[in-house]
Amino acid sequence: MAVKKFMYINRKAPYGTVYALESLEVVLIGAAFDQDVSLAFIGDGVYQLTKGQNTEALGQKNFSTVYGALGDYDVNKIYVEKESLEERGLTLDDLQHLVWEDEDEDYAEKDSIRLVSRAELADVLAEQEITLSF
Amino acid sequence: MKFSIQVNEGPYQHQAADTAYQFAKAAIAGGHEIFRVFFYHDGVNNATKLAVPPQDDRDIPKLWSELAKENDLDLVVCIAAAQRRGMMDVDESKRQGFEDSNLNEGFRISGLGQLIEAGIESDRLICFGA
Amino acid sequence: MSILHTVNKSPFESSTFDTCLGLAKDGATVLLIEDGVYAATTGNSAAEKISNAGGISFAVLGPDLQARGLEGKLADGIKVVDYEGFVNLVAEHDSVQAWL
Repeated sequence: MAVKKFMYINRKAPYGTVYALESLEVVLIGAAFDQDVSLAFIGDGVYQLTKGQNTEALGQKNFSTVYGALGDYDVNKIYVEKESLEERGLTLDDLQHLVWEDEDEDYAEKDSIRLVSRAELADVLAEQEITLSF
Repeated sequence: MKFSIQVNEGPYQHQAADTAYQFAKAAIAGGHEIFRVFFYHDGVNNATKLAVPPQDDRDIPKLWSELAKENDLDLVVCIAAAQRRGMMDVDESKRQGFEDSNLNEGFRISGLGQLIEAGIESDRLICFGA
Repeated sequence: MSILHTVNKSPFESSTFDTCLGLAKDGATVLLIEDGVYAATTGNSAAEKISNAGGISFAVLGPDLQARGLEGKLADGIKVVDYEGFVNLVAEHDSVQAWL
């Protein structure tokens, strides 16, 4: 099976619409296909990764915990656009600390989130072969 | 070339379903192969066999069904999205204990893996949505 | 890799158009479809952004322009394509990125 560079683009906030939840479901299923996977959180998409989401009063499922499991699925290239955070008055500290274990380095824990500038993200996007948008 | 298409929106609500259909039709006319059309989110509603749109307007579910039959297309409705929205074929409906099913001819229900496979096996994947 | 970007939202309704322009690199093509075609009209902020994006080619889906009665307001330098042209653009570029 060919290995392609897959990019999942996330630009929508969670809970207001279904896109954040259902795109995450694609990522999890897609992990089984051993492709070269990256996720990009741009614009309101960065809100998907914020800490402290509590959906009890809303009656919706709190799926923010699932992002923490991405590392176990070998999904560890998670690009967050710096400008999108800044425009929203957020910093990396407001986001969940997502990690993965590098089996090539004795399972050392590493950060999955790559904080990148718009220009750097443009370079990453330009390399992708299959882009899924939700 | 082999194209695959992802349709994220239901019929009429958003133009995505229309544009995807027109694109698919043009790709076929241009001699390309459509490897798969994958319906996700509300896009699964394009598969309904129960739509009765006004006579003077296009019948989107029917257009997809006919395009599939005429060109032997693989129109796949995501099972997870379909279950959420009550889109069922006969087998799934029986499995869930329902009497009725609503999946139109030309469509089949399958897993999200079919979308990833489409990306792997096709030369291009194009997404239509809101 | 040459990328074909599609934008389907009005530049006045949503930030999609701006986001796409901010992330498209020189050599890419941006195809305006559905409500995105409003960005191809003259005399507004979108037109200025397009003329400032020198290294990017712009195209617009004709049927969407016509449906919205905009043919007479098309900005210069934007290629009009039909669905066949859309298909050709996809084939000519290495990859497609949809900005929804």
